[in-house]
Amino acid sequence: MANYFLDTPALKHHLHHPLMKRIVELKERNYTDKDSFDYAPYDYEDAMDSYEKVLEIVGEICDEIVAPNAERVDQEGPKVKDGRVTYASGTQQNLDAVRKAGLMGISMPRRYGGLNFPITPYIMAADMVSRADAGFENLWGLQDCAETLYEFGNDDQRQRYIPRVCAGETMSMDLTEPDAGSDLQSVMLKATYSEKDGCWYLNGVKRFITNGDSDIHLVLARSEEGTRDGRGLSMFIYDKKNGGVDVRRIENKMGIKGSPTCELVYKNAKAELCGERKLGLIKYVMALMNGARLGIMAQAVGLSEASFREGYAYASERKQFGKAIIEFPAVYEMVALMRAKADASRAMLYETSRFVDVYKALDDISRERKLEPEERQEMKKYGKLADAFTPLGKGMTTEYANQNAYDAIQIHGGSGFMKDYACERLYRDARITNIYEGTTQLQVVAAIRHVTTGTYLTKIREYEALEYKPELEDLRQKLIEMTSRYDEVVGLALEPKDSEYLDFHARRLVEAAGHCIMGYLLLQDANKDEENFRRSAEVYISYGQAEVNKIYSYITSFDREDLGYFKVND
Amino acid sequence: MSLKIIVLAKQVPDTRNVGKDAMKADGTVNRAALPAIFNPEDLNALEQALRLKDEYPGTTVTLLTMGPGRAAEIIREGLYRGADGGYLLTDRAFAGADTLATSYALSMAIRKIKDFDIIICGRQAIDGDTAQVGPQVAEKLGLSQITYAEEIQKIEKSNITVKRRLERGVETVEGKLPLVVTVNGSAPECRPRNAKYIQKYKHAKTITEKQEATIDYTDLFSNRPYLNLVEWNVVDVNADVVQCGLSGSPTKVKKIENVVFHAKESKTLEPTDANIDELMKELITNHTIG
Repeated sequence: MANYFLDTPALKHHLHHPLMKRIVELKERNYTDKDSFDYAPYDYEDAMDSYEKVLEIVGEICDEIVAPNAERVDQEGPKVKDGRVTYASGTQQNLDAVRKAGLMGISMPRRYGGLNFPITPYIMAADMVSRADAGFENLWGLQDCAETLYEFGNDDQRQRYIPRVCAGETMSMDLTEPDAGSDLQSVMLKATYSEKDGCWYLNGVKRFITNGDSDIHLVLARSEEGTRDGRGLSMFIYDKKNGGVDVRRIENKMGIKGSPTCELVYKNAKAELCGERKLGLIKYVMALMNGARLGIMAQAVGLSEASFREGYAYASERKQFGKAIIEFPAVYEMVALMRAKADASRAMLYETSRFVDVYKALDDISRERKLEPEERQEMKKYGKLADAFTPLGKGMTTEYANQNAYDAIQIHGGSGFMKDYACERLYRDARITNIYEGTTQLQVVAAIRHVTTGTYLTKIREYEALEYKPELEDLRQKLIEMTSRYDEVVGLALEPKDSEYLDFHARRLVEAAGHCIMGYLLLQDANKDEENFRRSAEVYISYGQAEVNKIYSYITSFDREDLGYFKVND
Repeated sequence: MSLKIIVLAKQVPDTRNVGKDAMKADGTVNRAALPAIFNPEDLNALEQALRLKDEYPGTTVTLLTMGPGRAAEIIREGLYRGADGGYLLTDRAFAGADTLATSYALSMAIRKIKDFDIIICGRQAIDGDTAQVGPQVAEKLGLSQITYAEEIQKIEKSNITVKRRLERGVETVEGKLPLVVTVNGSAPECRPRNAKYIQKYKHAKTITEKQEATIDYTDLFSNRPYLNLVEWNVVDVNADVVQCGLSGSPTKVKKIENVVFHAKESKTLEPTDANIDELMKELITNHTIG
C-alpha cells in the first residue's frame, strides 16, 4: 500500500525548510496553546512531527479512498433535484473520510475547533488530494473560505460559523455572475437591507459557483443602490439553513466533473454582512482570491505529479520494437521534463506558501497586539513577496500541469486517447486550472508590475548570492546568464514607455522571471538533497535557459511597428 | 445508556504483502521482513465499537492486546481512531502461545479489567487464521458469543441485536450483555485516524517505551495522564505461568515444509464431450475438485 505523503520525498523536504521555524513560532504564538488544548504542540519539533503525522493520514486517505474513487466520481458526477445537489457516491465517501479524519478547518485556530496549522502543511494536503482527484480538491479546498471569514468577519460570526466548518460543513464563494466573470466589478446580485427585519436580503443570479449548494456561502453582492463599479459591492454570509437559494442547474463540464458547478437563484435569501460595506470586492474578495489561487497552484502541482507518474509508469511498462519505450530518447526526454516541471512547480508552490504564511501569521498577530517595528517590516516584506509570487506561480504551475497532462497522453499513444487510462481524466481536469481564479493572462496582468518594479529581480539576486556546492556552479552560471538576459529584455520592453507594447510582451517577461526563479529554487533543492533534485535541476535549468533564449530572441528582434500585424480585428 | 467496551486486537505481520523473505529457512514466519500491522478484522471490530460510542454517549472503548513491547503501537492506533485507552499484555512468559494460551492470558486480563459490557474482536487474525481466540475467551469467561458479526444493529437495555454474515446469507440474532462478539471482514471498514487524536495521543507510551525514549517531555506524562499506557505482565493479571506461552500451548508444530509450485505437466485435449467427461472424472478422483 502506498501513501501519498511517504512516496513523495519532496513534500517532507519542503516541509523542513528553514523558514518554517519562524512560521511555526508565529503561528503557535510561542507554543502557548499547549496549556489549553490537548492536541497543541510543545515546541517546534513537536509541531513539525504533528504536521508529518497528519499529512500521513491525508496521504493514506488519498491512496486508499480518494484516488480509487476518482474514475467512478468522474463518470457518475453530481446530480441536482428540486434545487438541491447530491454528490456522486464516491464524493460522499471521500467527504465522510476527511470529516472523520478531522481534516476540515486545518488552518483555523484551535479555539474554533481547527488544527491551527500554517498554510504550508495545509497546502501540502491540497497537493496530495489534487493528485488523487483534482475535482475533489475543489470541495475539500473550499475550507479556504473560512480563512476569509476569520479574517474579516466579526467575533460573533467567527464563533457561529468557523466551528461548523471545522466539524465538516462545506463552503462556497459566490462571486461570478452571467455578466461578471473576470470583470467582477459588474456583479449585480442585489443586497437590500430591511430595517424591519434588521437583516439583508439577497436577490439575483450567480453562475459557475463551485459547490454552490454548500452549507455556508460567502456572497459578493451590490449593497449600494445606483452604483455600477467595485466600490458598491459588499461581502455577505448566507447560511443554507435559512433558505432562499436554490440550484437551478449544474453545468456539464469537460473536467473536474465530481465538483458541482452551480447556477444559483437567490430569492429573498436572508444574509448577514461580513466586514464593512463597500469593501467586498476591493478588499475581501481580493484576499479570498489570493488564497484560492494558492489552492489552484496546489491543484496544478498535484495534477503535474499525477501526470508524471502515469506517463512514467506507462513508458516503463509499454514495450515496442523490443524494448520499453522509456529507452527511447524521444520518450525519456518527455518523462524527465515532466518530472522537472512537477518539481519546479512544487518548489514554486511552497516558496509562495511560506511567504503567505509569514505574512498571514503576522497579520493575525496584529489583531491581538501592536506589531513591533521590525515585525511590521517583516510583514510588509513577505506580504509583497506573497503578492508577487502568487500570480507568477499560479500562471506557471497551471500551464505546466496542462503540459504534463498533454505529455502523459502522448506517451500513452492511442491508448491515452481512450477512456481506459487515467491520463485522459487528468488532461480534462488540468484544463480548468489555468482558467479559473483568474486566467493565466490575468495572472500576467497581476505579475507584470513585479517585473517592472524589480521585485522578482531583487529576489533572484538574493537566490544568486546563496551558497551552493561547487558541483552546482555550472548550473548557477547558467542561471546568472538567464537572469542577465531577462534583465535586458525587461529594459527593452520598458524603453519605449508604451504600455501596449509592454502588455504585448508581458507574458514573455513574466515567464522569463518564472524560469529564473524556478531554476534557482530547484538549485537550492539540489543543493540540499542531491539525490532527489539534481536531475530535475539539470533538466529544468537547461529547458528554462532555452526558453529564456527564445524570449530574448523574440523581443530583441521584434520591431514595435509590427504590432499592427497582430491586430486581427483592425 | 453508556457502555464499557473492550476491543481485543492483535499486531500481525502483513501477510497480504508477502515477499520472498517472508519465511525463514526453518519454515517459521520471518516477522522482521514483514511490516507489523493492526489485524484487519480487528479494525472492523474497532469500528463497530466506535459506532456504539458515537451512538451512546459516555461509552468507553478500551483496547487489549497481547504481544511484544512494540505492540503498544496497536493501542496508539486505536486511540488515533477514537478509543479511550488500552492495555498491553506483555511478558516473555506469554511468548509462543497458541490459541488456548492466548485466550487464557486475555481472559485473565479481562478479569482484571473486570468492568465491561461487551468484548468485541475480529473473527480471526491473518497470521494464524484460526478464528479460535474470540470464542475461547468467551468460554473461559463463561460468556455467550455471537460470531461472524457484520453489524451491531442496536442495544436496548441489556439486549444486543447483531446481524451475522454466514456462508449463504445473513442472520439476525439477539443476545444478552455481557457477551463476546467476533466481527467479520465484510463489516464496514474502520474509520481513518483522526488529526486531533493523533496529535493528542502520539506521545502515549508504556512504561518500557518511556524508559527507552530519546525525547523527554518532563512534565508531559504527569500533566496528561492519558498518555501513560498500561503494561501488564503475567503477575499483574494473576495468571498461572504454566498455562501461558509455550508451556500452556498444546499445539505443537510437527513439521513445516516449503512448498514450491511447479507446473509439472500439461496436456491438450480436443474439446469433445467425451474428453471433458474423462477430465472431470480424473479431477474428482485425484481430489483437485470436489
